Amino acid sequence: MNSPLYIMWLRQLKRYWRSKARIVGSLAQPILFLVALGFGFGPIFQKAGGGSYLEFLAPGIIAMSILFTAMFNGIEIIWDRQFGFLKETLVAPVSRYSIMLGRTLGGATVALIQGIIVFIISLLIGFRPVNLSMILISFIFMFLIAVLFTALGTAIASRLEDMQGFQLIMNFIIMPLFFLSGALFPIESLPEALKIVTKINPLSYGVDGIRACLTGISSLGIFMDFFILLIVSLIILSIGSYLFSKIEI
Amino acid sequence: MDNKKIIEVKNLVKKFGDFIAVNNISFDVEEGKIFAFLGPNGAGKTTTIKILTTLLQPTLGEVKINGFSPVEDTDRVRHSFGIVFQDPSLDDELTAYENMEFHAIFYGINKEIRKKRIEELLNLVELWARKDEQVKHFSGGMKRRLEIARGLIHHPKILFLDEPTIGLDPQTRNFLWKYIVEMNKKEKMTVFLTTHYMDEAERISNKIAIIDHGEIVKIGTSNEIKKQTNSSSLEEAFLKLTGHVIREEHATAKDHMRMGRRVWGGRR
Repeated sequence: MNSPLYIMWLRQLKRYWRSKARIVGSLAQPILFLVALGFGFGPIFQKAGGGSYLEFLAPGIIAMSILFTAMFNGIEIIWDRQFGFLKETLVAPVSRYSIMLGRTLGGATVALIQGIIVFIISLLIGFRPVNLSMILISFIFMFLIAVLFTALGTAIASRLEDMQGFQLIMNFIIMPLFFLSGALFPIESLPEALKIVTKINPLSYGVDGIRACLTGISSLGIFMDFFILLIVSLIILSIGSYLFSKIEI
Repeated sequence: MDNKKIIEVKNLVKKFGDFIAVNNISFDVEEGKIFAFLGPNGAGKTTTIKILTTLLQPTLGEVKINGFSPVEDTDRVRHSFGIVFQDPSLDDELTAYENMEFHAIFYGINKEIRKKRIEELLNLVELWARKDEQVKHFSGGMKRRLEIARGLIHHPKILFLDEPTIGLDPQTRNFLWKYIVEMNKKEKMTVFLTTHYMDEAERISNKIAIIDHGEIVKIGTSNEIKKQTNSSSLEEAFLKLTGHVIREEHATAKDHMRMGRRVWGGRR
């Protein structure tokens, strides 16, 4: 366990574990969504013939918490950059790819843990997965979206000097990714134009994959979900690595 | 006695767009010497250090560190030097020991040697007792000591110090310089430093270069520079060479960030 990749990964986990306030803070939002939307829209959803809304919503909120945690973890590289720690790693005789990869896998692991915690919370609220043996498969989907969006955050942050652009990222990338992913409502009955947008959105495949595993309902097909996510993750990871390797301090 | 030249810089130029940060400078540093690189704010000191330490690519010119080119032989150059940056570069949320360990692993030092050296160095900078504390609880001086210890784990041939004593009390400054001079004598480690404290530069360095507007305006021992400028102190010589005008630096992204972090408060 002497590789830079491993120690970089471990660092992300230690940082996560040591800021308890952050863990609690980042759980508040998914819990609020689960409770407020789950119980608020539940009766209407049921009346419309959609079945249990909580069953539908929980996978979406798990995906949401992973999306947020992963993106923030990636974007945090701006802090590392401005407050010096990145410099320390960049003058070391280590390839930038292993720095980027270690960091991304670390951030993704953190996001996965966050997703699993939200999953457990949703169980407490009343979410009942239909197929227990598929739970582990759903973790694979969670990890894939975690890698994808940590890498995306890193890629974006590699081109940013400071946190001025943060609001832009929040409002023009993270929020649309979330709302147009089928996390909150079924995408089948959307107008054509919006449907196309959801099809382009990689998070849709993550949400659908997790939902397929946990509730058995899928609109896109679990294998399709898996391959599209895998391919998009690899592409974004390569783009992120490239942009990271071009950072000048 | 002709020593090996461990840093060689020939006709180095660095441009950022239209702005010429470093304008055709040449100098070299002999192995085992302490070399001070002085200049007002924005003179090009940090840019030069960044080029020497592989963080920036030169626009023109030739650089050799320990015989290797920072552009082509990046990894060998990186193994050759340790650096203490102008701004802190520790991970605040890791402990002192973890910061040291992180660095050692990045430089490929195996476990046995790693443990030994970390203990040795942390003792030397008098931080061993607090090795398991997170760095965010450290004072500025303690952080600096830790950074210097960290920069030495891989036994570099050259130590770069970019304004290492800025904002420190005289006790800590004395401690640091004493320690650095000792390392320089004992290990024949070359030291390349920048500072705004002229007395420090005068006291510890063998050779001084004064840089202004990206050009070296004077180079020599402190006595030579004083004699050539008819000055009684290095500070006087420095002011004669670089003028009395106060240099304004633009606020950088970093300053905005500092503000931002204060406003945000929590997230780190």
